[in-house]
Amino acid sequence: MEENAKYRQFQEAVLRVVSDPHLTHEQAMMQLSRLAESYTEGFPMPEGFLELQDELNEMSAMGEGFVPYVPRYILPDYDKLMREGCQFLRLDPPTNLREAINTLEIFYHHVPSTTHFPVFIGKLDRLLDPFIEDEAEAKVLIKDFMRFIDRTISDSFCHGDLGPEATTAGRLILEAERELQDSTPNITLLYDPDKTPDDFACLCVQAALDCAKPSFANHRMFSADLGENEYGIASCYNGLLLGGGSYTLARLLLNNIAFHSEGKEDFFQNRLPRAIDVQCAIMDAKIDFLVNKSAFFRSNFLVTEGFVHPDRFTGMFGMVGMCECVNDLLKKEGVAGRYGHDEVANALGDEIMAFIDQRVKAHHNPYCPQTGGRFLLHAQVGVDSDSQCSPGVRIAIGDEPELYDHLRHCGRYEKYFVSGAGDIFPFESTAARNPESVLDVIKGGFAAGMRYFSTYSSDSDVIRITGYLVKRSDMEKYDSGKAVQHDTVALGANSMRLRHFDDRKLRSLC
Amino acid sequence: MLRAPVNKIIPQSSVDGPGNRTAIFFQGCNFSCHYCHNPETIHLCQNCGTCVADCPVGALRRDEAGTVCWDPARCVGCDTCIKVCPHLSSPKVRLLAVEEVLAEVEKGMPFIRGITVSGGECTLYRDFVVSLFERVHPLGLTALLDSNGSRDFSADAELLDTCDGVMLDIKCFDSAIHQKLTGQPSERVRENAVFLAKKGKLTEIRTVVIPDYLPNEETVRGYCELLAPYLSAGPIRYKLIRFRPFGVREPYNRLETPSEEYMEQLAEIARGYGFADVISV
Repeated sequence: MEENAKYRQFQEAVLRVVSDPHLTHEQAMMQLSRLAESYTEGFPMPEGFLELQDELNEMSAMGEGFVPYVPRYILPDYDKLMREGCQFLRLDPPTNLREAINTLEIFYHHVPSTTHFPVFIGKLDRLLDPFIEDEAEAKVLIKDFMRFIDRTISDSFCHGDLGPEATTAGRLILEAERELQDSTPNITLLYDPDKTPDDFACLCVQAALDCAKPSFANHRMFSADLGENEYGIASCYNGLLLGGGSYTLARLLLNNIAFHSEGKEDFFQNRLPRAIDVQCAIMDAKIDFLVNKSAFFRSNFLVTEGFVHPDRFTGMFGMVGMCECVNDLLKKEGVAGRYGHDEVANALGDEIMAFIDQRVKAHHNPYCPQTGGRFLLHAQVGVDSDSQCSPGVRIAIGDEPELYDHLRHCGRYEKYFVSGAGDIFPFESTAARNPESVLDVIKGGFAAGMRYFSTYSSDSDVIRITGYLVKRSDMEKYDSGKAVQHDTVALGANSMRLRHFDDRKLRSLC
Repeated sequence: MLRAPVNKIIPQSSVDGPGNRTAIFFQGCNFSCHYCHNPETIHLCQNCGTCVADCPVGALRRDEAGTVCWDPARCVGCDTCIKVCPHLSSPKVRLLAVEEVLAEVEKGMPFIRGITVSGGECTLYRDFVVSLFERVHPLGLTALLDSNGSRDFSADAELLDTCDGVMLDIKCFDSAIHQKLTGQPSERVRENAVFLAKKGKLTEIRTVVIPDYLPNEETVRGYCELLAPYLSAGPIRYKLIRFRPFGVREPYNRLETPSEEYMEQLAEIARGYGFADVISV
């Protein structure tokens, strides 16, 4: 593009942002910074990238821009903060609950990510539980802490973990969340039926039916993939190494790759391998810039003080639209079958997954030593402008099979996605009367190979859009033209319009 | 081969005992409660054919022998057949073998923790139930009976041994009113409740509450007093069920639905007797 034309386009974009009444000051500031990143090229574009992203929409670099100056997802070592404090922020190790909470609140403010907010705020129960002496006092402090997080972290891609063991802190966090009914933070129970007592897991189910959190992570599966005490769940449902994270995320749009293919052969021989290779190349280029050119890994206190270690970062290789991809390829081959319903379609899904898995594993990146030099697969949930494409490997909304078949289907594909895959099963509010029944469904799902299970109920104000949480009442406010605190509300409202997540099949356990 | 008439099988149920269960509803009951919420399970089909003509999609027909046959592929589930049936029955009942029921149960694994047989009245098919339960236990599933309490459990050690627990419908404490309501006296139900509670096999008792029609409070007090001494043998859940008109036949569908406050009052009474797990639905 002509330099002048590009500059004009940049100016127009800036003017649009500063005059948008939907945006809070913080949101406007962040969008302006995003513009700077997307109009500056820090590295040469890999061959084929612009064609695949801008013309064909077969892959996407997720709007990260071309001068990455912070890893996309950071999971700081909060145990170290509790143990040693932080020199840069002049924080001593906390000695009581009030200090522990205050220390975390200060620290969160300085943990960046692609959203500029912390996407991982720690294993909250384990951080706080050692400081609990008086439960009544703890309850008040923890509730204020959770409210502080919601009101200062204005983006619901912010995640805290609980479990697998039951703790007083864990229980108090659940109680606070049920009372607060806020969208942030997102919470996951690291669930292992051998380690998590049923009564605590049932409390989690009841909280989830009440306020859409926590979700349930298959702790055994994540532990086998990443190491038992080595991982945390960040952002939507991303399993990543503690004291590390992910440099970047890019995604394939499998639906469009299939759409541009003549048939199965063209898809497997030409289109899919090309898109995979270009996606690996753009991820390599970004990581190289981030590690070798940006200041983060040289000077940020998180790195210099050892809250994160460069060798514990990886790259997330994402994908969306498996459902539409499979259905389109079958149609082109003249084969009858529907993804999620017919074996011929599911078998093609297996074939596609095995192909991607193998090719991505064969790619080596020197800056991901802790994940064996490999990128980790990620079932990306989509972006707010997507339409006609289902999240990751999920079955299309409105076409969901019966509950057990659906869960088995999840189990069949989610195993590939070490850095996250999951599905959402909203229940009628009556399920809250028998949380054990929902827990049985989760146990069965995990036994069948599911990685991550989310639920909410027909009555919830807080609901899960794809991976993040939004209050229905906030979306109504946003749709009526008002500014709202959390930037994820806009994403939710747009996604609802384009991808109809409200039509997700409501499950009843009779 | 052992077969039993099955009204329906619900693969996922959270209201038929602890956790998620597959519930099997047999056809046929020896009670005929006024307020029955699924009166179409009371009798076996008489093959009168009334429903055949009324089916809007032609899913019912009579074969050469005059037997009413149901085509599940055509059926749209409108339940017209049930509404027009003059015999409190359904043409959609399947005569199933133990293996066939077992196959349905296995489809729900590993998502269920057990099965519950209900009805109708499941103990009318006692041999079938024993055989089914003997087959589900090796699968790691629990097996519960949901019964009206008309069968003498104290005289059937085999049935008791093969089941993990019994959920008993408690209609009414007073025998004369019980007789009027169900067609049967209440003494056997009371004896069963005590016997099962002593054995630690009474998982749950449940009572449908109808204000100004049944002596609800007397029933709750009567049974709580009767069973409280045995709570130490095993916890007993008391489930209080609000009467709702759905599915109930005329004229009983006009009976009153109790208020939440009234349900809570009854629940408080049960708690007062030491019942820790009382729920109102």
